[in-house]
Amino acid sequence: MGLSATDGRTLRVCALYPDLMNIYADRGNLFVLQRRCEWRGIGYQLSGSGLGESLDAEAHDIYYIGGGQDRDQLLCAEDLVAGKREALHEAAARGAVVWGVCGGYQLLGESYALGEEQLSGVGLLDVRTVREPGPRLIGNVAIEVDLDGQQRVLAGFENHGGRTYLGPDATPLGRVLKGHGNDGRSGLEGARAGNVIGTYLHGPLLPKNTWFADWLIAMALRIEVGGMAPLDDALEDEAHRSARRAAGM
Amino acid sequence: MVDTLAVKLALARAVGVLSRRRGGGATSAPGKVLLRLEPGAIGTLAGRLSRGCVLVSATNGKTTTAALASSILERSGISLVHNQAGANMAGGIASTLLAASARRGRINGELGLFEVDELWLDRLALQLRPKVLVLGNLFRDQLDRYGELDTIADRWAAAVRDGPAERARLVCNADDPLIADLGRDRAGVLYYGVEDDSLALAGMAHAADAKHCRRCGAPYTFDAIYLGHLGHYHCAACGQCRPSPTVLARSVVLEGVRAARFQLNTPQGSAEVKLELPGLYNVYNALAAAALAVALEIPLADIVAGLQSTKAAFGRAESVTVAGRPTRILLIKNPAGANEVLRTLVLEPDQRDLLGVLNDNTADGHDVSWIWDADFELLAGRVRLATCSGTRAPELALRLKYAGVEPERIRVVDDLGQALARAAADGLDEGGKPPLYVLPTYTAMLALRELLVARGEASSSWD
Repeated sequence: MGLSATDGRTLRVCALYPDLMNIYADRGNLFVLQRRCEWRGIGYQLSGSGLGESLDAEAHDIYYIGGGQDRDQLLCAEDLVAGKREALHEAAARGAVVWGVCGGYQLLGESYALGEEQLSGVGLLDVRTVREPGPRLIGNVAIEVDLDGQQRVLAGFENHGGRTYLGPDATPLGRVLKGHGNDGRSGLEGARAGNVIGTYLHGPLLPKNTWFADWLIAMALRIEVGGMAPLDDALEDEAHRSARRAAGM
Repeated sequence: MVDTLAVKLALARAVGVLSRRRGGGATSAPGKVLLRLEPGAIGTLAGRLSRGCVLVSATNGKTTTAALASSILERSGISLVHNQAGANMAGGIASTLLAASARRGRINGELGLFEVDELWLDRLALQLRPKVLVLGNLFRDQLDRYGELDTIADRWAAAVRDGPAERARLVCNADDPLIADLGRDRAGVLYYGVEDDSLALAGMAHAADAKHCRRCGAPYTFDAIYLGHLGHYHCAACGQCRPSPTVLARSVVLEGVRAARFQLNTPQGSAEVKLELPGLYNVYNALAAAALAVALEIPLADIVAGLQSTKAAFGRAESVTVAGRPTRILLIKNPAGANEVLRTLVLEPDQRDLLGVLNDNTADGHDVSWIWDADFELLAGRVRLATCSGTRAPELALRLKYAGVEPERIRVVDDLGQALARAAADGLDEGGKPPLYVLPTYTAMLALRELLVARGEASSSWD
């Protein structure tokens, strides 16, 4: 047997505020990363960084931040800007994946509104989240993404009050096929700047789209997806189809 | 003079008969019609109850708590108007009152016992004017429908502070910091809780919610955690702490999916209680019902006898036989509730056969992400065969796979009837009759119930 691209490799994941920013079953995303690494003989290391704790810009391959209740998100926003913003910028600059879902996506942007307040974000994505009159954007969602020249579908669930607008330097993660997306009007969903990714899709996202988990693992380890051992994904494909059906696809 | 309300009641009743004939089991249909004809009907009809109303609300355990309370109260000779089928929004409660209303402005029953949906509590309290309000617990649940937990806690706080439940006697779970906080500034709150160190968990469940003090925002220190975020806690920053309960359970013994025992302490004395219901979550439900009875000055002997004679409510650890096989139906609908069911399930010896049914209808929540917050990892190495069904069956199957259940033990059967038949049949070739455990979401449980009634394996006595 020849050497595989993943021999001796370990995926090191850091979950930011895992006890607060976890409202939409965010740990499902982490479970999927863990299992798909384990099944391929890739090591998996999970650490957390909570309120008041330091963040090592060198120590992790994926930095993940999920969604939280407004009150908890406010606590995290202050802590993030005060103590973790620089480390996240350094990590992103050296090629680590920084990935935010829902509230985590909003926090990765330039700013976001909570109630009457306009708060600063991490500033890794050129997006701004505002409040507008109108209902929360809730429901099953499917988007088309173009990753490395390949068009694929991500299915998930969205539930957000904020409307997120892209600035001139931002690229959307995908185009809305079903559902609301960033603002309910533009037909755009999420944002991406290289290895920094933000999206409103939870559900959680990776169990519904395990191919995307592999894409993230490969990007984080800087290898080709094809360089990883294939897995029996019969159930995974069925689950993906189930989530797409729920979104009306 | 024509009694216009009586005419409206008759009309709404006729609609109920029609919808039933058409096969609609919807218990709230006649009530909805009545409310359209007479928006104040709930208040008017409830006003006829000589002993007034008591309300029960919580994320988990409403139906069982009300069933336990009903058993106690009827034993002590109080006749009830009770929404026992669990239709707990305005339409369901209006239907229940409509069914009990009699000629000449009378009503068949003295006391209204209503379980109430969390989001409807303030609006219904406005009409029902409860004399006792039982608040059991708040857990994250169907975020697409209920929104954030803080939002519900804030609405409840407003309702009891100076809203429609201002005058109600509060019965609160001391072990849930979100609930205990609601009674903080009031006199006469009756608290209940568990005091048994042997039950304390090693750590807080992942899906735990109330980790921070509602008063000052500092993290709570938990000295013992019993279930989700329920336990013994204090805030080191502002000094807020768990109130001392007057109704409590000690020496709790859990007997698998069948039963639970505990020592019940009340101001009237203490007694040993043997519940025909499983799990610590049902001990909490029993405490809530006992505390409600204490608030209504029911004698301890009636409380104990009432608790002990209560059988599982519809789908809540209910026991049926399917194709000759003993089957337990354990409703799962949110992470905290599912975790308690799973914890109870793994108390049983041997590997088990499961039928999991995941639906995503409105009453289940369209968002099925909650299954990833529930600790299905408890099942790893403990499943012989897991059949997954429902509108989102493959996603439940995937959840089990990532929880560590071997993929060859998992199968997806979309059609519920076929899934039930195959899950029931497959255990029998093993010799003996190993039990089948069915874990359905809410609408899956209703569908399952219809199937069982059609198969002649369950009665439809609940409605």
